[in-house]
Amino acid sequence: MSSVTPALPRTSGTFLRPDSATQWQLMWRRFRRHHMAMLGLSILGLLMVIAIFAEIIAPYQPSQRSIRYLAGEPTGVHFFDSDGTFHARPFVYARIIKRDPVTLRAVPTVDQQTRWPIRFFVHGEPYRLWGLIPTDLHLFGVESGFIHLFGTDSLGRDQFSRTMYATRVSMSIGVIGVAVSFVLGTIIGGIAGYLGGMADLLIMRVIEFIRSIPTLPLWLALSAALPRDWSSLQVYVAITILLALIGWTHLARTVRSKLLALREEEFVVAARLAGCSDARLIWRHLLPSFMSFLIVDLTIAFPEVLLAETSLSFLGLGLREPAESWGVLLYAAQNVRSIAHLPWLLIPGLFVIAAALAFNFIGDGMRDAADPYAK
Amino acid sequence: MLRFASQRLLGMALTLWLVSIVAFAVIQAPPGDYAEAYLTEKQQSGAVLTQEELTQMRQFLGIDRPWYVQYATWFSRIVLNGDFGHSFEWKRPVADVIGERLPFTLALAFTTLLFMYAVALPIGIYSAVRQYSVADHTFSLIGYIGLATPNFLLALVLMFLGQQWFGQSMGGLFSPEYQEVPWSWNKLLDFLQHLWIPVIVLGTAGTAFLVRSMRALVLDELGKMYVVAARASGLSPLRLLLKYPVRMALNPIVATLGWRLTFVISGAPIVGVVMSLPDTGPLFLHSLLNQDMPLAGAMVFIYCALTIIGTFVSDLLLVMLDPRIKMS
Repeated sequence: MSSVTPALPRTSGTFLRPDSATQWQLMWRRFRRHHMAMLGLSILGLLMVIAIFAEIIAPYQPSQRSIRYLAGEPTGVHFFDSDGTFHARPFVYARIIKRDPVTLRAVPTVDQQTRWPIRFFVHGEPYRLWGLIPTDLHLFGVESGFIHLFGTDSLGRDQFSRTMYATRVSMSIGVIGVAVSFVLGTIIGGIAGYLGGMADLLIMRVIEFIRSIPTLPLWLALSAALPRDWSSLQVYVAITILLALIGWTHLARTVRSKLLALREEEFVVAARLAGCSDARLIWRHLLPSFMSFLIVDLTIAFPEVLLAETSLSFLGLGLREPAESWGVLLYAAQNVRSIAHLPWLLIPGLFVIAAALAFNFIGDGMRDAADPYAK
Repeated sequence: MLRFASQRLLGMALTLWLVSIVAFAVIQAPPGDYAEAYLTEKQQSGAVLTQEELTQMRQFLGIDRPWYVQYATWFSRIVLNGDFGHSFEWKRPVADVIGERLPFTLALAFTTLLFMYAVALPIGIYSAVRQYSVADHTFSLIGYIGLATPNFLLALVLMFLGQQWFGQSMGGLFSPEYQEVPWSWNKLLDFLQHLWIPVIVLGTAGTAFLVRSMRALVLDELGKMYVVAARASGLSPLRLLLKYPVRMALNPIVATLGWRLTFVISGAPIVGVVMSLPDTGPLFLHSLLNQDMPLAGAMVFIYCALTIIGTFVSDLLLVMLDPRIKMS
């Protein structure tokens, strides 16, 4: 894979022997110089950790209701108490219920006299990690009272825990959607570029057609046509496949143009003369030499899929409760009135922006790194 | 030119026809047909329908015939009479329902396009000329965030801030007092005052994208020999910039006008829904949520048709701007 283009690195100053760094190492060197891309990579890493360990990081189950703290604001984390004394163990202030003298509504009020210290690796609500391992370990929690870092919704569900679970669903839709796009794009683009002729013409026309129509209204229409009685798993699969149909056209174009350009290259001719089969030629020689460009396209496709899922769910046409995704959570913040009352419901939106930003940064860095021999 | 235009026109007609098939597929997509939906509705209110009545109804609506016959009737009615069928939800012709709201969508889309180009081109040029300046970094930061923020989130945040700071609702396209009155000068002013927020919401991502491409294109041109030669011959910097590199860089920007339009039309429904505009967005979403498929299919067709016609116009524009482009 590494010896596809054994050109001498033209980096001035340091002399590198051709075998001293593989192409991927050269790319990594170049990528690391891109600070924003490295920042993007760390954000992405964090989101992936959340997606994998959502159950452990979340102090509560997503459907668990905190009946004494409905529509409550984020509890906040403190190190200094109201007297200014420092506590090494962070804490949240206790909440006590007071009755509004006029409306007689129960209003949770901050009680600055009582502290609820935060403990780490506490035993709480039992659950199955990844649906397999039964455990009750949570990354953090409070022993008495409750902790809601992102507040609660009008049903008293912990927004922080729900956001953690939503991160898993949203990121997985992105990953699966992009993976399906990748397979579709490589196969279809590969057919167009490798066969050429009529197949190429036809496929390129189809791609042009798809790119010329506004996708979001079409996806909205298609997901609205999904049967209403489907389970949330079925809807999840269907939406993921629908979204995967967004990303592949761009990828197919890249694959096709690279294949057309490479077909006449000497190493391809050499491989063909040496008796390589078509399949071996594609997988061993052609694909590795433009893999990096494909990865660039994939990073660009990811935020598209992510934003599309969020928009669909936000409109109530994508995933629906009890499934959790960033879009589903934002569905509760649909109008200005609810945001004015519960502005913390917008916090999942920050996750959407962070994820999309991270992928944009990484994409930029990758584009620079994809061709490590360019000046 | 005429040959080019007629070729493109033919291509456009072909694409429109393909789109009509897609739109028809959307109409047919939900399981069950209108007769079944009607039956459930009647059963809920206690009325009894016989199988015969259902068959009669299917015959009357033409939904007992094979799909290609249905498609042919549906499509020929659109082409011949501009008749998009009957909306289940509104109990009115689809064309009338859409016709009332379509002008607002068009106004929004075209103002947004204008806004995108008017803002993005100067910023892109400036960022290229002053590469790595504070302003350049600021613009690219804003651009990144603009690209990463979903439209609806931007709309929500803007409306929330508007409510907090100005204490007034930022949604809609008219103040309450102008809602029902006929068009007048004041109403137009009021309309324009409301229009800019959805325009910003809808245009931000596209503007960010345009700034980035314009910056990259101008940067590419700036280093070229002809620019150096022109500079050496003593042209004033501004004149040089506008006459040479910017002019060259504009070509690809104009060429992608069609895509930008697709982008804007694609985002418009959601912005319309979130900001409760009186345009086709809420209409479309409502029809989807209620599975009012004749209306939804017509909307899909119209959204697609808008972008296809827009692409056609931008192709013609490009040829007029740059005669070097082969008319093939």
